[in-house]
Amino acid sequence: MTEQAIRKILGEHGRLSVDSTAVERSADLYELGLTSHASVNVMLALEDAFDVEFPDELLRKSTFASVDAIHAALTELGV
Amino acid sequence: MSLLDERNAETDGPPPLRERAESVGRDIAAQWADEVDRDARFPHEAVAALRAHKLLSCGVPPEHGGAGASLGELCEITRILGRYCASTAMVFAMHQTQIVSLVHHADSAAMVDFVRDVASRELLLASATTELGTGGDVRRSVCAARVDGDTVTLRKNTPVVSYGEYADAVLVTARRTEDNPASDQVLVVCRRDDVTLERTGDWNTLGMRGTCSPGFVLEARSSADMIVPASYADISSRTMLPVSHCVWSAAWLGIADAAIDKARSFVRAAGRKQPGVTPPGALRLAEAAGVLQQFSDLVFASAARFDATIVEHENPSGLGFSLAMNNLKVTASTLVVELVTKALLICGIAGYREDGPYSLGRHMRDALGAAVMVNNDRIMANSAQMSLAYRGTI
Repeated sequence: MTEQAIRKILGEHGRLSVDSTAVERSADLYELGLTSHASVNVMLALEDAFDVEFPDELLRKSTFASVDAIHAALTELGV
Repeated sequence: MSLLDERNAETDGPPPLRERAESVGRDIAAQWADEVDRDARFPHEAVAALRAHKLLSCGVPPEHGGAGASLGELCEITRILGRYCASTAMVFAMHQTQIVSLVHHADSAAMVDFVRDVASRELLLASATTELGTGGDVRRSVCAARVDGDTVTLRKNTPVVSYGEYADAVLVTARRTEDNPASDQVLVVCRRDDVTLERTGDWNTLGMRGTCSPGFVLEARSSADMIVPASYADISSRTMLPVSHCVWSAAWLGIADAAIDKARSFVRAAGRKQPGVTPPGALRLAEAAGVLQQFSDLVFASAARFDATIVEHENPSGLGFSLAMNNLKVTASTLVVELVTKALLICGIAGYREDGPYSLGRHMRDALGAAVMVNNDRIMANSAQMSLAYRGTI
């Protein structure tokens, strides 16, 4: 469920060069075209979708580096 | 300092970096600055002097043959040079940005060998990061690194390569492979002998004319181990961007120093004519000195911030750090124009003249480049995006 939502948001805001529903969970999203600019939009969309707020310490490149990493961050935020 | 101390200082090795920079600036760069500016030619004499004083290698760590200058020290040197010849300062600044980037991200055996070679032969490094077709966004590339066995080749149409024709190596950004997206970039070190540069334009600008930065079609064939192992995204956000913003700002600070020096001489000369009467320009001079102090504090606090992350092995890629470095660039590029303008108001027609001891024309033209050398609007658009995410204090 969470993973599907993450993939949907990546599809809408990640500007990946591949289909976000098909990327490996551990694949490096930056290598697939995610930019720091797009990662901010992804973050904002995640905040909206899950009604959470990413604290400063999670605002690192690595937080958005893969579907797994995003999932782990959301888990940390209580999703 | 006692005579004995001085003698010890002499026998213990080369003079401190500051003194060497002052000597290059005052004795060499200053002598040629007007000609370099007028003819838009490379400051050969000053760069040769930097080389002779082993200042080109000063950002390389001692274990690889350099002086291990901190970013704060590199900013001090750049500021000193900027006071005498802004183009020389900017060449030094851009060169050291490449050095620091390699030192922090290129840890493979081939790269370490290259850095050692840079230090031992005082090589000058240039960079080719912009490209036609990316709209000025250095974080995207059209061209790709094509690796075939041990060889990497690339072809890049770039609108600006500063002092490319005079550098011993050029650091070029490219897509990791032809299959990777535009934002997945690597940095390829290309020695001058491995590069052909076909000039596509001239460098006839308002200021910073000695940086000689026309466009080129660059074709390179290098060995595959000259691709820096780290991703360019990391190199850029952690090192290249913050370092370049610090040293560029230091070069602009040097321009402001030069302009305010002239304003101070002008006010002093006016004061001498009527002792006991404070000249009208003195108030503006006092105001300008206050702004110069803010400017200087900002540059060195920013450099110290970077140096601290190195010492503490912290990850400096956070949003707060990036926002702070963006703010530095935009603020410094604004303050340099403000200060040269203040100096112009103080010196009046004597400053407006293109000749005479108070002429501010070159400083003004050099200063105006600051806002468009990576356009401030682009930087603020990037900051605006980061501000959406950032929640801390800067």
